[in-house]
Amino acid sequence: MKDKDEKKIEKRELKINRRALLKGALAGAATTMLPLNRADASFSDFWESFFQKHFREMSDAEKKKVVERLEREYEQKYKKAIKIGIEPAMPGVLFGYGLDLSRCIGCRTCVYACVKENNQSRDPQVQWIQVLRFKHGELMHWEKADKYYDPKLVPEPGYFYMPVACQQCENPPCVRACPTQATWKEPDGIVVVDYNWCIGCRYCMAACPYGARHFNWAEPGIKSEDINPNTHYLGNRPRYKGVVEKCTFCVQRTRKGRYTACVEACPVGARKFGNLLDPKSEIRYAMEHKRTFRLKDELNTHPKFFYFFDFEAGERFTG
Amino acid sequence: MIQTIKNFIIAWGSIFKGSAKYYLWLAFLAFLMAIGVHAYIGQAEHGLIMTAMRDQVSWGFYISNFTFLVGVAAAAVLLVIPAYVHHDKSIKEIVLFGELMAITAIVMCIMFIMTDLGQPLRVWHILPPPIGLMHWPSSLLAWDVLVLNGYLFLNIIIAFYILYKLSRGEHYNMKSFVGFLIYLSIPAAISIHTVTAFLYNAAFSRPFWSASILAPRFIASALCSGPALMLLVFQVVRKVTDVKIEDKAIFKVATLITYAMAVNLFFLGAEVFQSFYSGTAETASIHYLFFGYNGQTNLVPYIWTAVISNITAFLLILNPKTRENFVTLNVACVLMIVGIYLEKGMGLVIPGFTPDALGEIYQYTPTATELLVSLGVWAMGAMIYTFLLKFAIPVYTGKLRFASSGKEAIHEVKAVRPHVEEVPEEQL
Ligand code: SF4
Ligand code: SF4
Repeated sequence: MKDKDEKKIEKRELKINRRALLKGALAGAATTMLPLNRADASFSDFWESFFQKHFREMSDAEKKKVVERLEREYEQKYKKAIKIGIEPAMPGVLFGYGLDLSRCIGCRTCVYACVKENNQSRDPQVQWIQVLRFKHGELMHWEKADKYYDPKLVPEPGYFYMPVACQQCENPPCVRACPTQATWKEPDGIVVVDYNWCIGCRYCMAACPYGARHFNWAEPGIKSEDINPNTHYLGNRPRYKGVVEKCTFCVQRTRKGRYTACVEACPVGARKFGNLLDPKSEIRYAMEHKRTFRLKDELNTHPKFFYFFDFEAGERFTG
Repeated sequence: MIQTIKNFIIAWGSIFKGSAKYYLWLAFLAFLMAIGVHAYIGQAEHGLIMTAMRDQVSWGFYISNFTFLVGVAAAAVLLVIPAYVHHDKSIKEIVLFGELMAITAIVMCIMFIMTDLGQPLRVWHILPPPIGLMHWPSSLLAWDVLVLNGYLFLNIIIAFYILYKLSRGEHYNMKSFVGFLIYLSIPAAISIHTVTAFLYNAAFSRPFWSASILAPRFIASALCSGPALMLLVFQVVRKVTDVKIEDKAIFKVATLITYAMAVNLFFLGAEVFQSFYSGTAETASIHYLFFGYNGQTNLVPYIWTAVISNITAFLLILNPKTRENFVTLNVACVLMIVGIYLEKGMGLVIPGFTPDALGEIYQYTPTATELLVSLGVWAMGAMIYTFLLKFAIPVYTGKLRFASSGKEAIHEVKAVRPHVEEVPEEQL
């Protein structure tokens, strides 16, 4: 840690530096691109933020330091203490997800639970789960799907609903596409993004076959009281303008043995989650007893997200 | 030697000296650039929300311009191949201007990528380790960064070496190292456009981009628009300077363009047939492009303008009478540039995203910010090319000579003269 005098010097340095920087309008614009609350940032924070390493290249000590700095930055920005976890993947775990299409009523409760849990921007709206409405007989006829149906009217006769988020591909095209390795697959199968390494080129968005990646077209707008302070570095910590984000299977929860927010929120129990490597898990039960399928399986992306129809519940819609 | 290089650098001062008209032109470009910078500051401040791009259509006008300009840069080969490989003298003389155009186009490509990035200050993350974490060989974008920069440096070295030699009244030797680089630039030019096509191919879940004809189509269309642009530039150059470019050279390039356009139209036809005959769900994008989809038609005017321009241009340039008439030739060139710009720009990028991965149709039309920022980049490109020509032309015509015998005329750069006289010839 630095002593007080050093800090003072740094502050002065910062002032000079900021003045010099802000002189040119262009330089001014440049400072707005850095993920910092400029007014309060110290020069060393500014420097460290700019030269921050890729998460996977950091030692544990470096991770700790970065997390401390980020927590400081978030606190200045949101006037609220935010905890950033860095829990690694648990050994012997490969997460998988199941969704029962015959139960889903298209109410979008999961969408809002996800937004809340994962600190998605409210204005402009970012939503990791998109619910598509299909007419009976038109399953996966994408061009005929409707995302903008009225959730107040659900369930509508003659229609069924298919929520789509990141499919956590075992062979993820987005990871292959990223030119900076800012997005990668963790050992527990979750595809994550380092929001401090992503350059915002959006090539991953062009590569993802499921429309699962979302870009921060503007500074994320979340009120401080809406922020969920329990976060993970690779998950729901607040994002920056100009970076990509996506569903992380609630890494901040699931690595601690909890369910994802959407599983807990679903009012009809359409969502299942668990460890694919554990034969006794819920998801394995669903895989073995239901008629499961995966989206766009022909692309060989090998999603770990399984859709299925439950025979009895399915009867509800056959009338 | 060192003195010569010094003089070479000093001679660059000449780019700031010129007639009132020249200053007016520069001022005009500077004004457009200022507009672009102003729009870009707004974008940097508020984010890319200032553009019309959204999650559904996540690339737009910037990447469209980028794609077109890669073609322009690549097309320098059309001049290089006959000039060096077949020792075609009439073209050999003007190939330098093509190389300078390639340099300009690549710089503009880089600028368009930079304006498109959400976090431009982090662009160094794309460099190879230990600086960044370039995802090579997996990411086609990493490949593109490599080949584009490689091509840029290649052309800079070649063009400046030729200029350096010319400025001493010497000729370069094709058997020397630079000769090797010139030959290397031919596959390099093909590679930049091929890799850019592969960049789209690699997004394999977008049927519009995953056609294997994409790369050949890229090359064919680049060999139309790039040289067409060069033909216009040549005519301006020989009008406003005393560079002599023979009509013969111009018509020869025009003939080459004719072949390229024929192939280009053939490829387009092949793709259109395959898509419209099958009419599968995978062809929704091309239907959207040509005729609209579910009543959404905003790309239709673009593509039909492009198709009609290209066919008209082809007919004009195919007929020897209209090809060797400067009015109709220039009309054909302009139509071709417009046609390819629309087809290889918006007409390529936007349909790839429409309908999006989950079938939604988001109608993309660029915003004022995108248009103004792009205008600024084009103005900056025009300024770079102006400067390059301002330096290269007097060297090329022999008006600017230094470090050879003292009597060689130096009209353009008086400041250089003392240095020139200080250098005895035998030191060189
Ligand atoms: S669904 Fe898209 S974002 Fe998720 S892992 Fe697959 S390609 Fe990547
Ligand atoms: S937007 Fe970010 S995560 Fe996506 S490809 Fe570009 S750098 Fe990688």
